[in-house]
Amino acid sequence: MDIPRSWRLRNQRYLLEGTRCSHCDQKHFPPVLICPACQSRETAPFAFSGQGKLYSYSVVYQAPSQFEAFVPYIVALVDLEEGPRITAQLTDVSPEEVQIGMPLEKVIRKISEEGERGLIFYGYKFRPLVTY
Amino acid sequence: MRNVAIIGIGQTPVDEHWGTSLRALAAKAVLSALDDANLPGVEALYVGNMLSGILTSQENLGALIAETCGMPGIEAVKVEAACGSAAAAFRQAVLAVASGAVDSATAVGVEKLTEMSGTATTFGLATASDSDYEAAMGLSFVAINALLMRRYMHEYGWRKEDFAPFVMNAHRNAAHNPNAMFRKPITAEQYAQAKVVADPINLLDSSPIGDGAAAVVVVAEEHLSRYGGRPVAVRACEIGTDTIALDNRKDPLWLEGVERSTLKAFRSAGVRHQDIDFFELHDAFSIMTALSLEASGFAEKGRALKLANEAYFGIGGKMPLMTFGGLKGRGHPVGATGVYQIVEACLQLRDQAPAAIHVSGARRAMTQNIGGSGANVVTTILERMG
Repeated sequence: MDIPRSWRLRNQRYLLEGTRCSHCDQKHFPPVLICPACQSRETAPFAFSGQGKLYSYSVVYQAPSQFEAFVPYIVALVDLEEGPRITAQLTDVSPEEVQIGMPLEKVIRKISEEGERGLIFYGYKFRPLVTY
Repeated sequence: MRNVAIIGIGQTPVDEHWGTSLRALAAKAVLSALDDANLPGVEALYVGNMLSGILTSQENLGALIAETCGMPGIEAVKVEAACGSAAAAFRQAVLAVASGAVDSATAVGVEKLTEMSGTATTFGLATASDSDYEAAMGLSFVAINALLMRRYMHEYGWRKEDFAPFVMNAHRNAAHNPNAMFRKPITAEQYAQAKVVADPINLLDSSPIGDGAAAVVVVAEEHLSRYGGRPVAVRACEIGTDTIALDNRKDPLWLEGVERSTLKAFRSAGVRHQDIDFFELHDAFSIMTALSLEASGFAEKGRALKLANEAYFGIGGKMPLMTFGGLKGRGHPVGATGVYQIVEACLQLRDQAPAAIHVSGARRAMTQNIGGSGANVVTTILERMG
């Protein structure tokens, strides 16, 4: 991945920042220019709590080149509690423990790296909700 | 708009064509379609292709392939819609002739994957998804389809082995297609034991990617008397889209792009489900077969697997599917696939399919080519002439 893109996406990757429609209040991730619910062009940044539930998942054994070092890893669709669904990796959990519907929370982790001397990219992953 | 007919078809086998370049593959298909139409050339060329820039470091395919085919100077451009590129190019050819802008056009789908390693191809295929929010998170294209399959099994209670009949049907038919990549039937046991790629999708759920090119020549129906050959009428070719990322869809298990594209095609052609005699759908993964049948209206939501048996989808069945093997058995030369489907449908409607896979008496065919996981869907309806 390239540096400008990683920089441009920093608020999404680190803060889980999407948008909220000023007209109908729908929340979106990723951020949108036009609200898909009401077509309004007035949206404002909105940071999601990072809490959600697992909608679906897959354990990847054959990965694209820049993720080969991580196999097997778990990818997922997560329903955020504020509404939108998000695509991300799961972490701190083994495939046998994963269940559709389980509560999850966002953490910031290493997403990929460009070889031993290259850049390391960080961003959101989700793990089973830790309760105290 | 004028009515349009296909008067020439051509294809190369889907295979690992190590010794043949992208341009030569495309030219083989185009020249064979021109020969079939008995024409020396056409006025416009539309090239369907997805990965030439990434894997072959070659773009600007329109001019390149027009030149290679001995037609330098004509209108020629590349059309890209991921795995739906070829049928999208076909639509451009149909529109160009229908509008009267040109009297003859060729659509060729071409893909050359063996230039690079498998992981580079996996990376290339992932560009069909949302680069910032899906691919960058480590999702391969297979993984995206695996998310759909897992949820489908969870919501409707199907087991993995329930998908086997679709895969076996495709391979059974491919065994009789001389241009197919895999010409061997497979068993339910082989399906159950295949290597997992992205759980629950295994190797035999996935269509094998390969090199290949297929081409058609289209002209105006009102000019058919000028040409020889065996024409097939194009009754509709329509595109419907959906969000590129799965996570932005209200219900990821309902392919709205498929529904839109199918409804538009039915409206244009003035046909209904019962008027379609066989269906070449986009079985890139077995889950896509189920979801496509449902969103196209050929099966109820969540119930497509109930119909997955030979009596229903086999050659002599109620609705034959993937009659030449589909993506699964013929192979999936990504940006070329949509024109393969159309060429195969023409072979059926011209009564030129090998006897074992001939759908006898078929009058209308539907083909459906999908770019991404349901993001860009091209539905074509073809009809026998005479």
